[in-house]
Amino acid sequence: MATEMQRQTTPEVGGMGHSVKRKEDPRFIRGAGQFIDDLVLPGMLWLDIVRSPYAHATIKSIDASEALKVPGVAAVITGADLEKAGLHWMPTLAGDKQMVLPTHTVMYQSQEVAAVVATSRYAAADGVAAVMVDYEPLEVVVDPHKALLPDAPVLRPDRAADKQNNHIWHWESGDRAAADAGLAAAEHRISEDIYIPRIHVASIETCGCVADWDAIRGQMTLHMTSQAPHVIRTVLALVSGLPEQNIRVKTHDIGGGFGGKVPVYPGYVLAVVASLTTGKPVKWIEDRSENLQADSFARDYHIHAEMGATNAGKITSLKVSTIADHGYTDAAADPSKFPAGLFNVITGSYDFPNAFVEVDGVYTNKPPGGVAYRCSFRVTEAVHAIERMVDILAHDLDIDPAKIRMDNFIQPEQMPYKTPTGWEYDSGDYPRALKLAMDMIGYDDLRKEQAEKRARGELMGIGISSFTEIVGAGPSHDFDIIGLKMFDSCEIRVHPTGKVLARIGVQTQGQGHETTFAQIIAEELGFPVADIKIEYGDTDTAPYGLGTYASRSTPVAGAATAMAARKIKEKARHLAAHLLEANPDDLVWTNGKWSVKGSPDRSKTIQEIAFAAYTNHPQGMEPGLEAVDYYDPPNLTFPFGSYICVVDIDKGTGQVTVRRFVAVDDCGNIINPMIVDGQIHGGLTMGFAPSLLESMTYDENGNNLAGTFMDYLLPTAVETPAWELGKTTTPSPHHPIGAKGVGESATVGAPPAIANAVVDALWHLGVRNIDIPLTPQKIWAILREKGVTA
Amino acid sequence: MIPPQFDYVRPANLDEALAILRDREGAKVLAGGYSLLPLLKLRLASPEVLVDIGAIAGMDGIAEVEKGLHIGGRATHRSIHENAAVKARYPLLEDAAAGIGDPQIRNWGTMGGSVAHADPSADWPAVLIASRAAINVRSAGGDRWIDARDFFIDSFQTAIEPNEILTEIRVPAPGANAGGAYAKLERRAGDFSTVGVAVQLNLGADGQISAVGIGLTAVAPTPFAATDAEAILMGATPDEATFRRAGDAAAAQSSPTTDAHGPAEYKKAMVSEMVVRALRSAVSRARKQA
Repeated sequence: MATEMQRQTTPEVGGMGHSVKRKEDPRFIRGAGQFIDDLVLPGMLWLDIVRSPYAHATIKSIDASEALKVPGVAAVITGADLEKAGLHWMPTLAGDKQMVLPTHTVMYQSQEVAAVVATSRYAAADGVAAVMVDYEPLEVVVDPHKALLPDAPVLRPDRAADKQNNHIWHWESGDRAAADAGLAAAEHRISEDIYIPRIHVASIETCGCVADWDAIRGQMTLHMTSQAPHVIRTVLALVSGLPEQNIRVKTHDIGGGFGGKVPVYPGYVLAVVASLTTGKPVKWIEDRSENLQADSFARDYHIHAEMGATNAGKITSLKVSTIADHGYTDAAADPSKFPAGLFNVITGSYDFPNAFVEVDGVYTNKPPGGVAYRCSFRVTEAVHAIERMVDILAHDLDIDPAKIRMDNFIQPEQMPYKTPTGWEYDSGDYPRALKLAMDMIGYDDLRKEQAEKRARGELMGIGISSFTEIVGAGPSHDFDIIGLKMFDSCEIRVHPTGKVLARIGVQTQGQGHETTFAQIIAEELGFPVADIKIEYGDTDTAPYGLGTYASRSTPVAGAATAMAARKIKEKARHLAAHLLEANPDDLVWTNGKWSVKGSPDRSKTIQEIAFAAYTNHPQGMEPGLEAVDYYDPPNLTFPFGSYICVVDIDKGTGQVTVRRFVAVDDCGNIINPMIVDGQIHGGLTMGFAPSLLESMTYDENGNNLAGTFMDYLLPTAVETPAWELGKTTTPSPHHPIGAKGVGESATVGAPPAIANAVVDALWHLGVRNIDIPLTPQKIWAILREKGVTA
Repeated sequence: MIPPQFDYVRPANLDEALAILRDREGAKVLAGGYSLLPLLKLRLASPEVLVDIGAIAGMDGIAEVEKGLHIGGRATHRSIHENAAVKARYPLLEDAAAGIGDPQIRNWGTMGGSVAHADPSADWPAVLIASRAAINVRSAGGDRWIDARDFFIDSFQTAIEPNEILTEIRVPAPGANAGGAYAKLERRAGDFSTVGVAVQLNLGADGQISAVGIGLTAVAPTPFAATDAEAILMGATPDEATFRRAGDAAAAQSSPTTDAHGPAEYKKAMVSEMVVRALRSAVSRARKQA
């Protein structure tokens, strides 16, 4: 089954498998991209936001009188103003609700408290500085475990009478009794607490919008940074009561989303309200600190995992309990049935007879969210837990971590494979990927080197991660967001001159959709990529789609694109039959032409057929050459890979250096190898970052300790390792072009490889687990405790 | 990230700038801007008027004379890093310049600006302390020289009066068999130091340490001279045991606080470790000169 796809098209056509240069890049390289903050409309006002210095406080009063005296300030909006219109709360995509502006209580530091609208960005900021708010601090709940104690203050008294506590929801998957029995019967049993810290997507472009209300036409145009513009349009229609046909959501170039631009933030709503109130366009652009301190976070899972195995290292049972810290509201964008995302993919690449997983969502005084930061709905957390546990088991039983993986992998012949938590993996060859990674890095030699170094007292570690991703949400029987089924779409129009306009329901934020979706059409229809224009992000023109996140663009909209192209190809066959005076059943398709079987010189190119569709169509056939497809995927796709990492630890300072990192990825058939490599490079760096540097921390008063790039440590090119990439290709059997999606694999797979390497370097000292980020101070404290000196 | 209102002037010469400082309340000197502008944008500083000295000729030169290096107050980190005399004879300065911020910061930020701003984690102050540099400040009434070891009074507080401008820094010539090194522990490239150690020393004909200066940054309210470590090293044989004793003495003299860079005890241990590493490097360089 694992046969690699051969290229079918010439480089000039540029179908699948060609590293076509990105159509987006000329404008980005020349600084000619048009991002939201580049948009300036006539008469536009600027909006800035007053934010809370406290993590939990009662608002005693808001005095806007001085702010209104600042030259240029047009209005100050408070929660009390919104309450009159019933707009002080809004629904979250997770079915919870969130304050647009508070009327009584602030729930986290940097929460929006009031908005100032002014004729310039500077006047708005001066207005913000002049708004006087009188707060009375309340008891702050930072620790989600303490939030669950009976005497903890109830953070959300607005909930129903039977929910006057800080527990949001309970979710479970698998068979608890079977997992318990498996653990009880296990010859060897391990148990570990693993914390995946809160991090932030920190996209290079912050969030923002320009709301443009046209009172005469009754039209609201919302230019915004959104990964899911159609969903935003529908939510806005439902919340505001504006008719949906009169709402146009339009994205511009987006400088990174990574999940952080899926949710609706209060700033968007405030700009809409301000535009409706003033009748003028209103721009709101977050600054960097606001983005880091107030936008939705990711991760923050407190995991307790137990695993059973035989003494020979055959794993038998897994049980995982998790506390999910959601801040003051669940503003995640997970599918409705999956409040903990797809965390139950936690059995990973391994053949577990029994497994059970449960997650409890909890409120605290922190920013809301739980966004899937480049992780396809909580897969990063799951992969980290299982890959750490398998490594601990290997070390415990003194079995090589590579061997224990090989011994427990789901084998290619078991595919499609049903997991004990309910997924059906579509395809995969895990041993092949790990074997390739081991060969590339020289695994056996590294183990010898490590033994020699350990004898000399040097600290070197080797870490493996053999992850399984789960992407492409998703089939309509299980997947929806606020009731909207998670299909996606493509509409293709072929022009008379043989040029193509295609519009898709997904939204690029740097992935290169304008190139890769053109390649899918080039592959299917033989039009050169250069002749195909891809549009997206304007809800007035693009077909309805759920947007880009969770690596779903290629699995869902990519499939829709191939299917729409096939509809065009089928119509083209009938047009060609008319032109060739042949029976449609006697035609064959090769290299962008329909030809008469056995007479290859009797053929019509797709360009000739396109022209005929408008100039010479047969009677009884509709003119034109267009097609639309809304694709409801039959299953998710399951990309996978094996990563191996080598680290050296500086005994004097505790600093970890990643010396080598080999990443073997399998994402099924590849549309554009260069773009896939770029996705993996970026993803690996985004996996490396929280492993060693990034974490969003709070003190006991809920003060954000990493609210600027001085303390929220993004890696630079200096620290980032030189990635070594390899690939295997195992197509998805159910996807029209055999592709699986790759955007998040590396972010998901990298952290446990690094964590496993560091623990591997220290295991002989009695170290079983260290939570990321593996900071020098943390490692140094361990070394000192174990008596290791420089 | 939007500053409050301020007046902005860009005088053409130093006398004009000094007159403005003398005559106007709440004036603040602007050089490269890489310390001041973030404070303005965060609204942590709100000066009445910014006096941009960017147009004043003759303040950004670097000249090597027999007695040492004369560095204009507005010389950028990059111009110092790329200076031929610095590369040949002032490795301590070259080390430190290379580790400041990123290329953009090094292109704009100035030594004088950094020193006058006196961030307790800045790199140059430790370097000037270790090198026993002298700092010239000028007012409308005249100028004066201040020893780098007397210059830093507290966090963000120096011996400069509000009506004065830092015009020049003089770093003494290193002398024979000299070696210097800057050891910076940082969480990632371009970060402020967790611990920064500057060492400038000479070896005598007998191979013993004949002169030594050590400046520390980021481990006290202000950068300071590790005088106890200097005393241990003076006249001593440069070996690992001595380095370690000096490192421990420097750690004992430091008073770091617990913050995002790490707990105080970690930072103290890192002072010791970084002093050892800077000494190793400085001595190795001195021996190569011999």
